[in-house]
Amino acid sequence: MPLLDIRDLTVTVKSDGTETTLVDGISYAIEPGETLALVGESGSGKSLSSLAVMGLLSSALSVTKGQILFQGRDLLGLSAEEIRKIRGRDISMVFQEPMTSLNPVRSIGSQIMESIEENLGLSRREARDRAIRLLTEVGVADADRRLKQYPHHFSGGMRQRVMIAIALAAEPKLIIADEPTTALDVTIQAQILDLMARVCRDHGTALVLITHNLGIVARYADRVNVMYGGRIVESGDARAIYAAPRHPYTEGLLQSVPRLDQDRSVPLRPIRGNPADPFTRISGCRFHPRCPYVAATCRSTVPAYENGVACHFPLDASRKEAV
Amino acid sequence: MFAYMLRRLVGAVLVMLAVSTLVFFMIRLVPGDPIAVMLADAGSEEAREAMIRRLGLDQPLIVQFGKWFWGMLHGDLGASIYGSNQPVSAILMEALPRTMSLAFLSFVIAMIIAVPAGIISATRKNTGADTAVSLFAFLGLSMPDFWLAIMLIIIFAANLQWLPAIGYEPLSAGFWPWLSHLILPSIAIGTGFSAIIARMIRSSMLEVLQADYMRTAASKGLTQRVMLLRHALPNALIPVVTVIGIAFALLISGAVVVENVFAIKGLGRVLIQGIQNRDYPVVQGAVLLVSAFFVLSNLAVDLLYAVIDPRIRYS
Ligand SMILES: Nc1ncnc2c1ncn2[C@@H]1O[C@H](COP(=O)(O)OP(=O)(O)OP(=O)(O)O)[C@@H](O)[C@H]1O
Ligand code: SF4
Ligand SMILES: [Mg+2]
Repeated sequence: MPLLDIRDLTVTVKSDGTETTLVDGISYAIEPGETLALVGESGSGKSLSSLAVMGLLSSALSVTKGQILFQGRDLLGLSAEEIRKIRGRDISMVFQEPMTSLNPVRSIGSQIMESIEENLGLSRREARDRAIRLLTEVGVADADRRLKQYPHHFSGGMRQRVMIAIALAAEPKLIIADEPTTALDVTIQAQILDLMARVCRDHGTALVLITHNLGIVARYADRVNVMYGGRIVESGDARAIYAAPRHPYTEGLLQSVPRLDQDRSVPLRPIRGNPADPFTRISGCRFHPRCPYVAATCRSTVPAYENGVACHFPLDASRKEAV
Repeated sequence: MFAYMLRRLVGAVLVMLAVSTLVFFMIRLVPGDPIAVMLADAGSEEAREAMIRRLGLDQPLIVQFGKWFWGMLHGDLGASIYGSNQPVSAILMEALPRTMSLAFLSFVIAMIIAVPAGIISATRKNTGADTAVSLFAFLGLSMPDFWLAIMLIIIFAANLQWLPAIGYEPLSAGFWPWLSHLILPSIAIGTGFSAIIARMIRSSMLEVLQADYMRTAASKGLTQRVMLLRHALPNALIPVVTVIGIAFALLISGAVVVENVFAIKGLGRVLIQGIQNRDYPVVQGAVLLVSAFFVLSNLAVDLLYAVIDPRIRYS
C-alpha cells in the first residue's frame, strides 16, 4: 500500500460567486521512504495540492473532489481534531521562507520542543534532549546554547536547518518540503538539499520535494511529477525524464535551467510566454499557447493523461516518426 | 542595558524639570489670584497686603521661582497657601495611593475585558461575536467617563445597592472595603480604554494570524488554543504595548474627572481644587507628580517591550 495516495484531487476557489479550479484532478502516489519531486512554474498548483494534504488550505479554498489516502485512510473525511493529530506526527512540512516561518518572539528550543511534547508526549527534559540531538543532526553546532536563542540570531540557511529539525521532531512518515531552498543563497541550496536527502534516508522518511528547478530533480528525487496549470502533465522516473522528457513543457523546463551533463556552450532557452493563469480559460491543452509543437487538435481537445504523459504528441513518439 | 536605563532616567528627570518650570509660570497666567479667592471681596486693603507679603507674592516672579525650585530640589514642595497650610508633600502622599489604586485597577479591568474580546473578534471575524465586540467598542468610546460613572452609581449603588456609591477606603482597612469602593470608578475609567485596546488587539491579531509562522505552528499539529495563546498573542501584543503607554494618559485624565464624581480625594481632585483656589504650590506639586507618573510609565513600557520582543536589545 502506498504511504500517500492522492486521487483526482481538485481544489477550487470561490470569489464573487464564480468557482475557479486551481488544482485540476491530480493523482499520484508515494511509497514509504521514497522521494518524489513536484516540479512546475509559479502558479501551477504545487503548494495548494500539498497544503490540501495537510488540511491547511485557507478558508477561501476548498477541496471539491477526490481522495487523499494516507495509509489507506482518507484525510478529507477526517474531523478537524483528527487531521490536527496527523499534522506533525505523521506528516510535517518545511516551508519556503525560512526568514518568516519561525516565530520571532519564541526561542528556537521552545519551537522544536513543543512539537516533540505535543506529538510524542515526552516530558520537558526528554524533549530538550531530543531537540539537542535533532539540532546537532541537522548541522547546528553548539546546540545546547543555540536552543535558547531566537530566530533573529540565525542566518537563512541556519533557520532552514531548524525548520528541518522541527519537521523531523516527531519522526513523521512523510515530509513535504515546499521549495525549501528557493529563498537561500545558491551556495547554501545544495547543502540544505543534501541535508534533507540524508535525514530522510536515515529516518526512512518519505519526501515530497517541491521545486521550480527541474535541474536538481535527477539528483535528489526517485520520481517526478511535472505540473502545469493545475494538472500533472508528465510523471515518471526522475532520471528517465531528465534524460528524455516526453512532454514539451518538461523539455522546455529542462532547456531553461543549466544542466550538469551538458556543455556550457549550449544556450539556455526559457519557455516563451507566461505560465497559465487559472482565471483565464484556455481551450484544449492548457500549454498550447506556449508549445512549439502545437497542432490543431491541441487547441480543441484536452489531451488525456496516458502512460505518464498528457500530450497529443509526446516527444519520443514524434522523434521516432522523424527518424 | 544599564547605560540605557541611566540615559532614560536622566531624560525623565529633565522632562520633569521642564514640566515643573512650565507649570510654575502657566498657573500664574490664569486670571485671578489666591488672595482674591481667599478673602473674596470682604478683606481690607491692609489685610490683602499683609497676606501678599506673607506668601512672598510681592517678590519678582523669578525670585519666587528660584525659591520654589531650590526647595523642590531638596524635596520641599512648600505648603498649601489655603486653609490649614498643610505641606504639599503630605497632601500628595494622601492622594497618590488613591489615584494609583484607581489607575491600576482600571488598567487590570480594561485588560481583562480587552484581551479576550480582541482575540474572539479576530478569530471569529465577521460573526455575531465580532459584531458584539465592535458594538461594545463603539459604545465604550462614545460614552463620556463621567456619564458612565453616573450610570454605574445609579444602577449598582443606588438601585441594586451592591457597591458603595462614593468615597474611598485605604487598603489597610481591608481588601474588600478598598476594592468595593474602587470597582465602579475603575469600570468608568477603564471601559473607554479597553475599547481602544480591544480594537487594536483585533487588528494586530488579524495580521498575525496570516503570518508564515502561524502556518508553521499549525503544521506541527498544535491545538488552536496553543497556537493563539503561545504563538499569536505575544506577537499581536507588541504594537499594543506602545499604545498602552500613550493610553495611560487617558487613565489619568479619566481619573481626574471620575474622582470628582465618586468624591475620591485623589490627585485629580487635589489638582482641580488647587486650580480653583489658585493654590500655586499644590498645583505645582501635583503636576510634577503626574508628570513623574507619565515618564515612569513610559519607561516601564519600554522595558516591557524588551521582555515580549527578544529582537529588541537596548544599548
Ligand atoms: N487564496 C487564493 N485565492 C485565489 N487564488 C489562489 C489562492 N491561493 C493560490 N491561488 C492561485 O492558485 C494557483 C496555484 O497556487 P500555488 O500556490 O499552488 O502555486 P505554486 O505552484 O505553489 O506556485 P509557486 O511556485 O509560486 O509557489 C496560483 O495561480 C495562485 O494564484
Ligand atoms: S498537446 Fe499539443 S500543445 Fe499540448 S503539449 Fe502536447 S503538443 Fe504541445
Ligand atoms: Mg508554492
